[in-house]
Amino acid sequence: MFRSLMIATAMCLSAPALAKTITVEAGADAQERLQEALILAEPGDVVELGKGRFDLTDGLSLDVDNVTVKGQGSDQSVLNFAGQLGAGEGLLVTSDNVTLRDFAVEDSKGDGIKSKGADQIIYHAIRVEWTGGPKATNGAYGIYPVESKNVLVQDSTVRGASDAGIYVGQSDNIIVRRNTAVENVAGIEIENSYNAEVTENLATRNTGGILVFDLPNLLQMGGHNVLVARNAVIDNNTDNFAPEGNIVAGVPAGTGVMVMANRDVVVTENAIINNGTSAVMVVAYTQKFDDASYDPTARNVTVAKNIYSHSGFAPDVEGGQLLAQAFGGSLPAILYDGLGAGFNLVDDVPALDLGLTKAGQSFADAQPKLYQRPPAVAIKELKAITLPASMEERLK
Amino acid sequence: MRLLAGAGAICLLAVAAHADRPVPVADDVISGVVMPRNLSDYNFFQDAGGTKPNKGVTLYRLNSPLFTDYADKFRYIYVPAGKTLSVNPDNPEGMLQFPVGSAIIKSFGYEMDGKPHLLETRVLLHRADGWLALPYVWNEEQTEATLKVAGKRIPITFTDPSGKERSISYAVPNKNQCKECHSLSEAVVPIGPKLRNLTHDSKDILASNGILNGVTGTEMVMPDFRDDGMPLADRARAYLDANCAHCHNGEGSASNSGLFLTYEEKEPVRFGVGKRPVAAGRGSGGHEFSIKPGHPEESIMIYRLKSLDPGVAMPEVGRSLVHDEGVALLSEWIDSL
Repeated sequence: MFRSLMIATAMCLSAPALAKTITVEAGADAQERLQEALILAEPGDVVELGKGRFDLTDGLSLDVDNVTVKGQGSDQSVLNFAGQLGAGEGLLVTSDNVTLRDFAVEDSKGDGIKSKGADQIIYHAIRVEWTGGPKATNGAYGIYPVESKNVLVQDSTVRGASDAGIYVGQSDNIIVRRNTAVENVAGIEIENSYNAEVTENLATRNTGGILVFDLPNLLQMGGHNVLVARNAVIDNNTDNFAPEGNIVAGVPAGTGVMVMANRDVVVTENAIINNGTSAVMVVAYTQKFDDASYDPTARNVTVAKNIYSHSGFAPDVEGGQLLAQAFGGSLPAILYDGLGAGFNLVDDVPALDLGLTKAGQSFADAQPKLYQRPPAVAIKELKAITLPASMEERLK
Repeated sequence: MRLLAGAGAICLLAVAAHADRPVPVADDVISGVVMPRNLSDYNFFQDAGGTKPNKGVTLYRLNSPLFTDYADKFRYIYVPAGKTLSVNPDNPEGMLQFPVGSAIIKSFGYEMDGKPHLLETRVLLHRADGWLALPYVWNEEQTEATLKVAGKRIPITFTDPSGKERSISYAVPNKNQCKECHSLSEAVVPIGPKLRNLTHDSKDILASNGILNGVTGTEMVMPDFRDDGMPLADRARAYLDANCAHCHNGEGSASNSGLFLTYEEKEPVRFGVGKRPVAAGRGSGGHEFSIKPGHPEESIMIYRLKSLDPGVAMPEVGRSLVHDEGVALLSEWIDSL
C-alpha cells in the first residue's frame, strides 16, 4: 500500500502539468493581458490570439519552453506595433521548442519577430509587414531567428523590411520553405549559418532576392552547406532602401541570388527572372576586416539547372552601364568576382568574371572578361537537412 | 495564481505571530517556489514604505551606476544569517558570489515634494534552481508594492539634476525584460554587484557586517564615470560596462552583435572601434562604424544613445530619456581616439 502510494506520488511529480489553452482577445489593455499570458504560460500551453487587431504599446516577449502562440490566421489576428514605445522588436522569443503560427505582426519599430537562442523554433503561416511599403524607417528584419539550432520558417510572408525579410543568422540546421518575401531590401538572407535549405520560396520586388552571406568579427563564422533550390526569384529591382552602414546597403538593386563569403553552396533549379543587375552573384566580402579566422571568399559554389530569363539589363554597380554596353546591352546572367575557389558553373549561360586578384578590391580594379569555364565537374550534393521529428509533429 | 495567494496567507500568519517585535526577513519566501504577490511578503523592510532596511539587508552603492531616466535608486543585498558573499576566485574583481537564499533588492523613485517617492522595487531571488527576477510596483499611498509580471507604464513628471522638468512614460520592465538584461548564457544572473564597481564604503560596510569576506583591498577598481579626475578612457569604459555590457558580452542578450562592451574587453574592434554593424538596421543611422575614432557624430554608438526611437535607441529597455551626461562623456572619449 505504502509502496503504491509512493509510486503514485512519483508519477504525479514527474507528469507534466496538463497543457491548457490561454485565450487572449483583442481589445483594451491588450499589452498587459497578452504579455501576462506569455509570462504565465507553462510548458505545453497554447496562447491563442483571438480575431482582430491587438494594439500594443511595447515589445512582447516569450521565455517559456514548449509554448505555441497561435492566431486565427495571418490576416485575422494582427499584433499592431504602430504605437510601440519601447523594445527593439515586436515579439522576442528566447525559449526552446516554440511554435509561432497563424498571426501577423505589423509596423514594429525595430525588428518584427526575433528569436534568439531559441532552438527548434517554428514560424508557420506568419505575416510580418510594414504596411507603408518599402521605407528606410521600417524595422530591419521581419522574421529573425538568430543563434539557434533547428529553425523552420515556412508558409510565411514578409513585406517592407529595411534589411532582410527573413533573416537567419548564426544558426545551424535550417529550413526556409514556401515563404513569400516582397519589397524588402533582402528577401531572404542566410548569414553566418551552417546547414540551410532555402526552397520553394517566392522572392519578388526586393532589392536582392536571396542572399547567402558571412561576416567577420562574429561568434559564429564560416557559413557553409547552403542549398538554394526551386525558388522563384523574380523582378528584384527595388531601389536599395537600407540605412547606410548595414551590409545589405551595398547590395545592388536587381540582384537575384547573391553568395558572399560562404563555402559549399548550391544554387539549383530556381527560376531567376527579370533581375536588372545579375541573376546570380558569387563574390567575396569586400570591406576591410581585422579577423584572422575569417575567409572572405565564396568557395565551392555550384550553380546548376536554373532557369534564367532577362537579367543584367539595368546594372546597379559602378560602371555597370558601360560594361553592359560592352557585352551587347546587358550584363551576363552570372557575376563572379574571380576569387573564390571551386566555382562550378554548370548552367550554359554567360558569366562575367571580374578578374579580381584579392578580396577587398573595388569594382574599379576589376579586369572584367567573359568567364572561361573549366571543364564541368560533378554537382556536389549537399546532405539533406532533417529537423527533429518532433518539430514536424508539432505542425500536425 | 493559487500558489501566489497561498504564500500571501502564510506571510500574514507570520506577521500576526510576531506583531510585537521586528519580523525577520522571510527566508522561506525567498527560497520558496511561488512568485510572492507583495513586496511586504519578504519583510525586506521594517516599514510599509520600503525605506528602512530590515536586519541583514545592507544598503550598497556603485561607483558607476546604470542610467534609468534619472531615477533615484536604492540598492540592497540580503544574505541569510550565517552565510556570506564570496569573491569569485576566477574573476576576483567581477561578480560577487551569492549563497542560495540571498536576495538583491533595488528600488526606483524620484524626489517629489521634497521627499522620495518610490515607483517600483525589483528583486532578484537566489533560489535552489537559480535566480528569479521579479518587478513590484508601488501604490500611490506608498504602503505596498505588488507584483506586476507584465510590467507597467507610469506617467510621471520630475525635475532632473540640471533643474529641468521632465515628463515621461516610466517603464517598469516585465519579468522577461528583467531577464533580457540579467542573462548570461540564458540563465538569470545579477548585474550590479561586481566587486570592482562597489564603492569603497559599501565594501567596508558589507565587510564589517560580516557579509563579505576575502577582499584584499588590492583589487582593481572601476571609476565613477562622473569623476573627471579619473582618466577619460577609464570613465568611458566604466560607463559602457555599467550601461551596456550586461547585454553586450559574449554570453549576453546582444552576443549576436559581436559588440562586447565589458570593462575587461581589450580588443578595440570588439568594443566598437572600426566595428561595422551586423543587425542594426536603421539603428546604424547611416553610419559605418560603432565607433569612428575622432568622430562621435559619425559613430553608431552615439547615434543610438541620443535616440528615443524604439527601433534605434540603446539600451533597448529602461530608458525613455537621453542621458545627456553619458552622451557627452562618450562623445569626448571617441573624439579623443
